[in-house]
Amino acid sequence: MSIKTIPKDSQVFLPLDEQCAPLVKPVSSESRRIKRDIVCGAILLLLGAFALFGKFEISGWAGISYKALLGTLLVFGNWLIIRRTPFRFAVVLVWLELALLFVLFCSSFDFEPGYALQKAKSILGFELKDGFLQGAALTLFICAASIALAMVLALLAALAKLFGDGFTYGIASFYISFFRGTPLLLQILIIYLGLPQAGLTIPAVPAGILALALNYGAYMAEIFRGGITAIPRGQWEAADALALGKMQVLRWIVLPQSLRLIVPATGNQFIMMLKDSALVSAMGVWEMMYLARAIGRADFRNMEMLITAALIYWIMSAILEGCQARLERRYSRGIRSSVPARTGGK
Amino acid sequence: MKNSMIQTNGNISSSKSVVQLESVSKWYGNFRCLDNVKFNVMPGERIVVCGPSGSGKSTLIRCINGIEGHDKGIVRVAGYELTRDRSTLDRVRLEVGMVFQQFNLFPNLTVLENCTIALQKVKKMSKRDAVELAEFYLARVHLPHLADRYPDQLSGGQQQRVAIARALCMKPRVMLFDEPTAALDPEMVREVLDVMTEVANEGMTMIVVTHEIGFARSVASRVVFMDAGRIVESASPTEFFDAPKSDRARTFLQQVIRH
Repeated sequence: MSIKTIPKDSQVFLPLDEQCAPLVKPVSSESRRIKRDIVCGAILLLLGAFALFGKFEISGWAGISYKALLGTLLVFGNWLIIRRTPFRFAVVLVWLELALLFVLFCSSFDFEPGYALQKAKSILGFELKDGFLQGAALTLFICAASIALAMVLALLAALAKLFGDGFTYGIASFYISFFRGTPLLLQILIIYLGLPQAGLTIPAVPAGILALALNYGAYMAEIFRGGITAIPRGQWEAADALALGKMQVLRWIVLPQSLRLIVPATGNQFIMMLKDSALVSAMGVWEMMYLARAIGRADFRNMEMLITAALIYWIMSAILEGCQARLERRYSRGIRSSVPARTGGK
Repeated sequence: MKNSMIQTNGNISSSKSVVQLESVSKWYGNFRCLDNVKFNVMPGERIVVCGPSGSGKSTLIRCINGIEGHDKGIVRVAGYELTRDRSTLDRVRLEVGMVFQQFNLFPNLTVLENCTIALQKVKKMSKRDAVELAEFYLARVHLPHLADRYPDQLSGGQQQRVAIARALCMKPRVMLFDEPTAALDPEMVREVLDVMTEVANEGMTMIVVTHEIGFARSVASRVVFMDAGRIVESASPTEFFDAPKSDRARTFLQQVIRH
């Protein structure tokens, strides 16, 4: 028996407080870092505020550099402090600050909110002329109709490209290639001005809807195709083994899974379309952009009207974004996020 | 050998056998993955197919329900000759259930819906009948309590058992298993093999590609050994595992048993 016994007084382990030292240290230095951030941030902000309200007038390059430095100080000071606040609070605060910045920008060319509000009503399209929709209402109508039509076109084109015979594949690939390969404005003009020459006259609004739908349908066809091909082969095989038909597999198994991949990209397209619909004004359609420019020009209040239109576009896009987020949640039931968790924050 | 007798008396056996392959060949490009395969399965037989990776085991059973097409030869299943024609394919597939290595459950459907979808859409059953049948088979694989879950919320072993229930719901005459336990964690292999043994004990005709030798010994009525796209040996499990005839099978068994 030659088991070495350890003498009682020998130090095998470090004393407890020394063992814990490396564990405790980072914690204390973290809180110190937070303190440092907040103090530095406050100093930077004070410097920035002092310079901002001090009204130093410097001209030329020196002035521009001075303003750039000032801006950097403010942004950096802000960042140092805000990143230490809870995630949600930080996000809201940043939004408010940026909104304030926007208001400051507007006030720099004496923006008149009263005038903008008064005219917003007509831009929104609450006042009907000639008995048809106009302004934002017309924009929404054009988009909704185009989106519906574009989705049908996209699905047909994607299916033809994936499963079609030579004839349908030919049509689909030609369609996608042409409408992705030419500018939207050009397509609008060809449909509105070119088709009548061929004996087919389409009124401006349907022509706009058709052009938007054809253009976006081509892009979305590729999104749909990508979404369908991303579904693993095993899903098709399992469905085949159960004797489900191709259309049944698509309807009940593949497309519902593809939607999770299709929705984000398609939502993006819808938001783009909302604003691209402004191009339809080229045909004299009284949608929002057309009205905003017409009214702004008449009253010499271009900036007001443009900003008002921008805000309305933005609000409509935000609503679409919200819908997209809801749909995304719905179609990712039971599937965990693939993105690692955010560091520091909920 | 019983098997060789069946093969030589092709005409008589063809009326009885559930699955019959006659000189079936298949190529992937220049690679010949099935080489003149003759293969007969009688009702109630439980066949384990084994062999080294790339020997054509999976391809063989995937040709039986037409998930892969064969290039030469004849495949007959339940009296139908398999062609690329959609209606014959679907008729054959109604007689053949399949369980995959990767489970291939439909993640957008609940466990119950996974089982009822084909009953409703293919067999045109009413929802109530389909649900009743699905619940019966989910109970058979010991998972009646998971009917409303989604597949991603289940363990691998549970998913594979759902896949077995989904295939059984269609009341097939033959069940194909393509390495059903190869993607499972070791502790889940048992539960799946137990369910498969229960299915076998009820008289189901089964063709199982697997390397689970214990399962093959206790359940299989015949072991088929494949190598390079050919069926090299076909014998009872005791015969095959204790006294393999070919050198190829002997080295294969040594490699499988060693680890």
